[in-house]
Amino acid sequence: MAAGVSNLHGETSYRYRKFKSDSMMAITVGATILTLIPLFLVLGYLLTKGVASLNWAFFTHMPAPVGEAGGGMANAIVGTLEVVGIACLIGVPIGVGAGLYLAANRASQFTNWVRFSADVLMGVPSIVVGIFAYAVIVRPFGGFSTLAGSVALAAIMIPLVTRTTEEMVLLVPPELREASLALGVPHWRTTLSVVARTALSGITTGVILAVARVSGETAPLLFTAFGNRFWSTSLFHPINTLTVQVYTYAISPFADWQRQAWAGALVLTGIILALELGVRWVTGGAAKAPR
Amino acid sequence: MSDSIPVVRHERMRAPVHVRLFGDRIFNTATFILALSILALLFGLAVALIADSFPAIRAFGLHFFVTADWDPVNDQYGALPFIYGTFVSSFIALAVAVPLSLGVALCLSEMAPDWLSHRLGFLVDLLAAIPSVVYGLWAVFVMGPWIRDHVEPPLAHWFGWMPLFQGPKVAVGMLSAGIILAIMIIPYISSVCTDVFRVVPHTQREAALALGATKWEMVKTAVIPYGMTGVIGAIILGLGRALGETIAVAMVIGNSAQISTSLFKPAATLASVIANEFAEATSDLYVAALIELGLVLLILGIVLNVVARALVLVVQQRRYRETGR
Amino acid sequence: MGDGRGGESAKVAMAEKLVVKNLNAYFHKNRALHDVSLSFEQDRIAAIIGPSGCGKSTLVRCLNRMHEVVPGATASGEVLLDGNNIYGDEVDPVQVRRRIGMVFQKPTPFPTMSIEDNVAAGLTLNGVQISQAERHQVIERSLRQAALWEEVKDRLRRPGGSLSGGQQQRLCVARALAVQPEVLLMDEPCSALDPISTARIEELLLELKSAYTIVIVTHNMQQAARCSDMTAFMYTGDLVEYGETKQIFTNPTRRETEDYITGRFG
Repeated sequence: MAAGVSNLHGETSYRYRKFKSDSMMAITVGATILTLIPLFLVLGYLLTKGVASLNWAFFTHMPAPVGEAGGGMANAIVGTLEVVGIACLIGVPIGVGAGLYLAANRASQFTNWVRFSADVLMGVPSIVVGIFAYAVIVRPFGGFSTLAGSVALAAIMIPLVTRTTEEMVLLVPPELREASLALGVPHWRTTLSVVARTALSGITTGVILAVARVSGETAPLLFTAFGNRFWSTSLFHPINTLTVQVYTYAISPFADWQRQAWAGALVLTGIILALELGVRWVTGGAAKAPR
Repeated sequence: MSDSIPVVRHERMRAPVHVRLFGDRIFNTATFILALSILALLFGLAVALIADSFPAIRAFGLHFFVTADWDPVNDQYGALPFIYGTFVSSFIALAVAVPLSLGVALCLSEMAPDWLSHRLGFLVDLLAAIPSVVYGLWAVFVMGPWIRDHVEPPLAHWFGWMPLFQGPKVAVGMLSAGIILAIMIIPYISSVCTDVFRVVPHTQREAALALGATKWEMVKTAVIPYGMTGVIGAIILGLGRALGETIAVAMVIGNSAQISTSLFKPAATLASVIANEFAEATSDLYVAALIELGLVLLILGIVLNVVARALVLVVQQRRYRETGR
Repeated sequence: MGDGRGGESAKVAMAEKLVVKNLNAYFHKNRALHDVSLSFEQDRIAAIIGPSGCGKSTLVRCLNRMHEVVPGATASGEVLLDGNNIYGDEVDPVQVRRRIGMVFQKPTPFPTMSIEDNVAAGLTLNGVQISQAERHQVIERSLRQAALWEEVKDRLRRPGGSLSGGQQQRLCVARALAVQPEVLLMDEPCSALDPISTARIEELLLELKSAYTIVIVTHNMQQAARCSDMTAFMYTGDLVEYGETKQIFTNPTRRETEDYITGRFG
């Protein structure tokens, strides 16, 4: 339309429109660059400030008494592993089982309600989940505990695992299920040994992404697992975790603790990114966490 | 052909009928119970919060939401400072995040070639993987001071006549909280917007281009209007995220239960005050008041999440109706 | 080839393996099969032909109670396997499917299993206890019956999906045969395959005929004419005509059959 028009006014107008278009699209590129700057800044500072403080003591020592320099985050690292591990023990069977149910009963109204609940749960702020765990575990049992922290994290994990399990199972071609049934394999065995087995890598991916997500949570642990200066792995006592430890040190006035906070943050981010990237690398970039 | 090889008899495969049906029934019941537990979890969450905040609800009623007096010493609690802080910080976050997210989404869906677009999208998504406490740490020691030294002076210089930008410049305060929130919610908004824009049918774009539109004009007339509902859904999703974000905000907002008009002043949000005060809350009423704040967060979070999903669904259904995909 | 030849004296009384009586099939309220009755004789191949949507797949899926797997699908009437109604109240559909096997249109080897595990899947998934030696014998026998042994005997551990389309389908046949069904149902087994693979499967059918009763659904009339002894023509849920293949294709009784065969519709 504009080509071939030798009208001066038309040409100027087109040049202006083209200029405007190029500028706007350049602005979007600028927005992308601007958005990615914090990513590199955060990772960069983590590396520079954190590496300096990483030493053998960091991984093997307990936190030092208030005001004293030195010490490490050994109990925090182990604590995170324990709290997250137990959260998995609670959350994964429930999430996977519920996901299997949703995939197998697509038409029922009950399924719609469950799916809706899972979606709603995903939008609940994690600190509110912490309050819930406080109300049902800490209050009745009379104290902070690893169990309470795990229950809070499990409550965050369950809707995530449920949705990804359902999605992955639905991706399995229905012909596979029919082929198994036609061999005279009962329904339940077909669902477990054929359908779920085929979807297994996808389900595992969903679980790992959920683990990565809850490993980074701090708020729900603040008044459930609470934190512990000393070594403790008991299920019914407070336990230290990496996130809470970093938080406590970061807001403290002690320079040495702040320095250690960077190291802790580096280790924490390293673990989480390793999980997120690892899962994507193994699945060829197909993994995407539900929002 | 089959004679010399032992035949696998049907008898060996025949388990009694009731055993087999038993297996089915057990499995179905088990998965049903697990699915039911999700309903129970949501229900239990709501019930627990309502029940445990009841003392505060009974004591303060609706005044809770309009009173600015948060006084643990005298057991008087008003939520207004935190409601104010939550909304202002979220507003700042959206004001910064939405234009950037739209820019990113348009860049990824319109500008970049596929291979680059997916890699860049992955990097943007990585922003969401960084834990909140790490953002808080970085904000306290890096971003906050930088804002105090490089952002607040110009703002005070050019806009200091507005009450928004008056007062001493500090690293922790409403402005810092808003900005770190923006960084944290951008990946969510941009990811949904990118998906929404990518889903706009080629036919729409080609129709605009065939009329001689420039790229930007095509975007303005074909892509954005088509995806507008989804974009609004994405924004609401981001708002929901911002409301619930706790730790990074708690580290960088200064935690003061005072309402002030200046963005440079410290403040507090619903989530940050719970994080800061819950573990040390002394009286029962104190705890109940904090839980009531949590109840407010719960309701807000649920409502926004549901609305956002409904909007995104509308976009998907419209596309399905129009293109069959 | 289907043996239409035979005068009165040469007529051998063949046992009726599978008898269908007044079969009606429904998808929710829609009736897909109207009062179908026919019988399949032992060790013969019966082909079911007809235009798209005539109910041939539905009929065959009713024969091993796969029809009811789809939500909302029901059936009424009787299907007698050796005189016993498989739709009886006491009968477990799972049991039925072990005696009546099925091969589907799309080859579906189980992707997480190797070739040999795929063949033995019917046994493994049913928890059958057999020794390693017996298992290997079953696998070899089934693959030989499916005319696949020579091609895969050196790579039994490779994944089931690593074969070509035609080979995958023969793998599915082997898998179905491994549980030693009495009847083999095939729902358009060659429609997703190239002509060479199709020819191999057709050869296979003729080999299998001596040990199994076979019912094959096909939209390819020439295939029915080549392979089957009996042919059933279906149209919009009704069984229009059923008889010896030779007779159906050269001298059909019903006008509709003749129209379909001569290509006037479908």
